Amino acid sequence: MPFHFENEPALVAYVTCGDPDLATTREVILAAIDAGASVIELGVPFSDPLADGPVIQRASERALKHGTSLQQVLTLAAEVREHSQSVGLVIFSYLNPIQRMGLAKFCKVARLAGIDGALITDLPIEESAGYLSEARKNDLATIFLAAPTSTDQRLKSIAQISTGFIYAISRTGVTGARQQMTGDAPALVKRIRRFSKLPIAVGFGISTPEQFAAVGKFAEGAVVGSAIVQLIEQNPGREAATVGEFVRQLLAVRC
Amino acid sequence: MATATTGSLKSRKNVGAPGSRPSFGRAPRRSAANPPGRFGVYGGRYVPETLMAALDELERAYEKAKRDRKFQQRLDLLLKTYAGRPTPLFFARRLTAELGGARIYLKREDLLHTGAHKINNCLGQGLLVERMGKHRVIAETGAGQHGVATATVCALLGFECVVYMGTQDMRRQELNVFRMRLLGAEVRGVSSGSCTLKDAINEAMRDWVTNVRTTHYLLGSVLGAHPYPTMVRDFHRVIGREARAQILKVEGRLPKTIIACVGGGSNSIGIFYDFLKDKRVQLIGVEAGGRGSALGEHAARFRGGSPGVLQGTYSYVLQDAAGQIALTHSVSAGLDYPSIGPEHAMLKDTGRAEYVPASDTEALEATVLLARTEGIIPALESAHAVAEVIKRAPKMKKSEVVIVNISGRGDKDVGILRENVRLD
Repeated sequence: MPFHFENEPALVAYVTCGDPDLATTREVILAAIDAGASVIELGVPFSDPLADGPVIQRASERALKHGTSLQQVLTLAAEVREHSQSVGLVIFSYLNPIQRMGLAKFCKVARLAGIDGALITDLPIEESAGYLSEARKNDLATIFLAAPTSTDQRLKSIAQISTGFIYAISRTGVTGARQQMTGDAPALVKRIRRFSKLPIAVGFGISTPEQFAAVGKFAEGAVVGSAIVQLIEQNPGREAATVGEFVRQLLAVRC
Repeated sequence: MATATTGSLKSRKNVGAPGSRPSFGRAPRRSAANPPGRFGVYGGRYVPETLMAALDELERAYEKAKRDRKFQQRLDLLLKTYAGRPTPLFFARRLTAELGGARIYLKREDLLHTGAHKINNCLGQGLLVERMGKHRVIAETGAGQHGVATATVCALLGFECVVYMGTQDMRRQELNVFRMRLLGAEVRGVSSGSCTLKDAINEAMRDWVTNVRTTHYLLGSVLGAHPYPTMVRDFHRVIGREARAQILKVEGRLPKTIIACVGGGSNSIGIFYDFLKDKRVQLIGVEAGGRGSALGEHAARFRGGSPGVLQGTYSYVLQDAAGQIALTHSVSAGLDYPSIGPEHAMLKDTGRAEYVPASDTEALEATVLLARTEGIIPALESAHAVAEVIKRAPKMKKSEVVIVNISGRGDKDVGILRENVRLD
């Protein structure tokens, strides 16, 4: 598998592609990789991001204003892949843009672009059979969410069909920064481990080096999304430099 | 536990989809013929993992309640003594004469407590909330009718209530906003996207995904993830059940045609459902034709839409080539939504129901005609159904019977009517 989680926690960095434009997204991603991010989640903007908090909602709106499409995101991925062979690249999307492209086509084009895996926010395991077979054909990792509300039975099914890594949601809620992490995450990770040997990345609400380091005590990866997207929003013209510096700060606390 | 590798859609040949079914999923195997939550290829459950356990819990609670006579008795009593069921089936004598064709009957859901059919579903789900031991209820609303009905039931049963409403809808339905507040609900304005119903649903789902352990999402139409489309339909079936018995009693036969407006599609599926087996009864759903046929100017999903996934369900969706959801327009907030209940998508594909648009102007004119011939001011949503009977009745025989579902009353729309209708 292409995902390297050697230093704990590995950084899984999320960006909404096309915010503020695709060229900037490319620079931001390269800066994050340069600074040590292990996996990049390429967020596909969607008009109705119902699992996202205000920061990523605004980013999606900005990206859609100039028509950022899944096709363009895949082209961007191919460019990033040329620059870095080792980084993990994951498409992070709602289902409808992928369904519109066609699942078989999406998986094929994603693989050609050098994508390693995909996570579809609103595609739960029950609805995923067709997706799984197309993804397997194209050697794409199928990454699923596990939530604090998932029953053990569901976690078992999630573990069975996940490849690459499992994305554990730290708390109930939408994406976005919180002052404090809840106690849900360590318990959830422990429950997942009963069913899976895959690496686990914890996400939702991780925005500071302290929170990042804390996740390293019980999981292989930590996803940072809204914090990065917010820096992009607040630092027009200096997006890549700011994100690169932030990633260095996050990783500096890792021992 | 349904796993992802069971079931096969190929075995279900009863539905002709417009294209092929998307290959991203199959329904879980429960019964081979027609699994719960799927209407032909449509429906399903497309939500983030965090909500899946709550949907399972809701489905179990509903299945259990459905078989519990005490639950049904309590619901029936509330429908009768609180909401005002059964609603009359009224013969519209002057409208019939004016149009000079079929005999027109109006199913008077507008006479229900809170002014629309929405209360049927709210009472049903409200009693379920009690059974599940939750104490906080959230809802979305477009025209405000579902919000008012939800706020009403929360007051009746003692729940905390938060209603999400697009800020554009809050402006055009400000009386309903005040009514909800008067009933003790908190109304939260939503100013993302088009600031209408779709965005209110997004925001309600964000609340739900955060507070899912204590909160019930009282979805107001036959939309969203399973079990909502089935459950909400079941709570509205009473409309068609009554209408069928009533028309048989007064006319001694079934109607030729039934007409209802379709936003999400709850009032229409409610009146259609008990007539589905009566193959000769024509079922006509009327969508919002808005002010033009270009994408963004209307909410006629069957005219400009294509299959897609929005807000938990697979159905017809107004969307662009890249799969982004389109903006919609209708003079009627309750029909202003880019997707449609998945069961309607199936009825459309199989041809069992027919769907037609009515424009803003036609709906406004229909409102005035019904007001002046029958003394009934329909909700702008229901006025779309009236607009269709105006086109259709003159072409029908005088011996034929048509029922129009007047799903709500127009008091809430008086402000919009005043802006848009010139009285001579």
